[in-house]
Amino acid sequence: MPQITFEGKRYHLVDKETVLDGLLRHGVAVRSSCRTGVCQSCILRAMDHAPPPESQKGLKESLKSRNHFLACQCQPTMDMEIASPGDDDLPWYSAKVIGKEKLSDRVVQLTLHCPKNFSFQAGQFINVMHDDMIRSYSIANVPHVQSTVELHIYRIDNGRMSTWIHNQLTVGEHLQIQGPFGDCIYTPGTPEQPLLLIGTGCGLAALRGVIHSALEQGHTAPIHFFHGSRSVEGVYMRDEMSSLAQDHPQFHYTACVSKDDAPKGYTSGRATDIALARHPQLRGWRIFVCGNSEMVKTTKRLAYLAGASLSQIHSDPFEFNHRLCLTVEENGTCQVA
Amino acid sequence: MTQSLYDRIGGEAAMNAAVDIFYRKVLADDRIKRFFDDVDMERQAAKQKAFLTMVTGGPNDYTGKDMREGHKHLVERGLNDSHFDAVMENLGATLKELNVPDELIAEAAAIAESTRNDVLNR
Repeated sequence: MPQITFEGKRYHLVDKETVLDGLLRHGVAVRSSCRTGVCQSCILRAMDHAPPPESQKGLKESLKSRNHFLACQCQPTMDMEIASPGDDDLPWYSAKVIGKEKLSDRVVQLTLHCPKNFSFQAGQFINVMHDDMIRSYSIANVPHVQSTVELHIYRIDNGRMSTWIHNQLTVGEHLQIQGPFGDCIYTPGTPEQPLLLIGTGCGLAALRGVIHSALEQGHTAPIHFFHGSRSVEGVYMRDEMSSLAQDHPQFHYTACVSKDDAPKGYTSGRATDIALARHPQLRGWRIFVCGNSEMVKTTKRLAYLAGASLSQIHSDPFEFNHRLCLTVEENGTCQVA
Repeated sequence: MTQSLYDRIGGEAAMNAAVDIFYRKVLADDRIKRFFDDVDMERQAAKQKAFLTMVTGGPNDYTGKDMREGHKHLVERGLNDSHFDAVMENLGATLKELNVPDELIAEAAAIAESTRNDVLNR
C-alpha cells in the first residue's frame, strides 16, 4: 500500500483509502467539508509527481499545473509527498454582511460586500467558513458595479451552519469566504440555443444568476425555468421570476410543488418530470440543473436520453457535474462529519 | 500506410459525436441498461470514448487486462454473451448513423469482437 509524506511525517494508507481519510485517520487536522470533490476545501499539493487525474477534476488550470489536488478524491497508487497549499493559492477573504432578508420561511438571502480583488461570474459558488464549519453556497446575483455577493441559505433542520446564519448572524458582522468556484455559468455566443433550467430549493440561486446573465446578454431563444420543491416555501422568489417572465417574452417560468397540493399558480409534480413532459425532445438544447445530488443525477440522465448532448448538459463536462452534485440544500453529504 | 477508420471519420472530434450517440443507445437499451444504473455519466462516457477510439484504430492504451478488470464486477452481476451482442449491435447502429461504410463498420466490429473473452472474463 502506498505511503504519503505530509509535513515531514509518513503515513500508511489502507486499500482504497483517500489521502483525506488517511490523514484524518492518523489524527492529522486537514480542512475539509463535502468530501465529494465539490467544495474544494480539502485542496493539497503534491510535491514529487503529478497527482492522479481524477483528484484534479474541477480545479482551475493554474492549480492543476502546480499539482494541486483534492484530498478527498485522491487514492494514490504510489507513494506521494504532500504539502498544504500556500495561502496565495486559495485565499480566504473577509466579507462584511450588509443585508439579511427573509425570502421564505426556510430561506434567507445574505448580501455581502464584495471584498477587494474578489470577482465572480453569475452561477458560481463560494465557500463560507464559520468556526470549524465550511459550507458551499451558490452566488445568486450577477456581478455589477455595486459589487455585492448574494447568497440564499436554506434552513436545514439541525443544520449547524444554516441554523447559525438564520438565527444568529447579524448585519455588520464579517464572514470568511473563499472562491469563487464552479462553471455553472452562462456562456454567450449561442443566443439562439434554447435553454432548459431545472432547480429544486436553493438550486434557484445559481440558476437565477444564469437567467439574469442570459437575459442581460440578449439571449433570444426560449429560456424555460422549472423551479420545484416539496412545498411552496421551497419555491421562493416566485414574484421576481413571474415578473421576469412578464417582461421577457422568451423567459418561461413554472413553479412546481411535489408533495403538497399545488395552490393556484403552482404546478403539481416534480420539476424534472414536468419539465421533461413538456420538453421531451432536447436535441440542441443547453441544460442547467441545480439541486440535491439524486435529483441532479436523474435529471442529467433523462435530459441526455431526451437528446441533449453530454457536453451541453453543463458548461464543463467535469466541473459542472461536480458543481451540480453539490447539495445546495446542504443535505447530509455536505455536513462536516 | 492506410489511414485508420479513426482518422477517416474525423479523429477525436468524431469520437465525441460517436460517444454521444452510442452511450444514449446503450442507456436506452432495456437489455443492458441496468448495468449502467450506478455509474457516473462523465466517467462512463470517457471510457466509452476510449473504447470507440480503440475499435476505430485510434490512439489508445487499452489492454485485455483492463477489459477484464473493468468488467469483472459486471460478470458477477450476470453479464454474458447476450449483453455483449447487444453492445455490438449498438456499436454497429452508431457507426451506421455516422454514415460509416459497411466494410469499415465490419472492421471496427472485428476489433470490438476480439475483446469478448476479456470482457466476459473467460
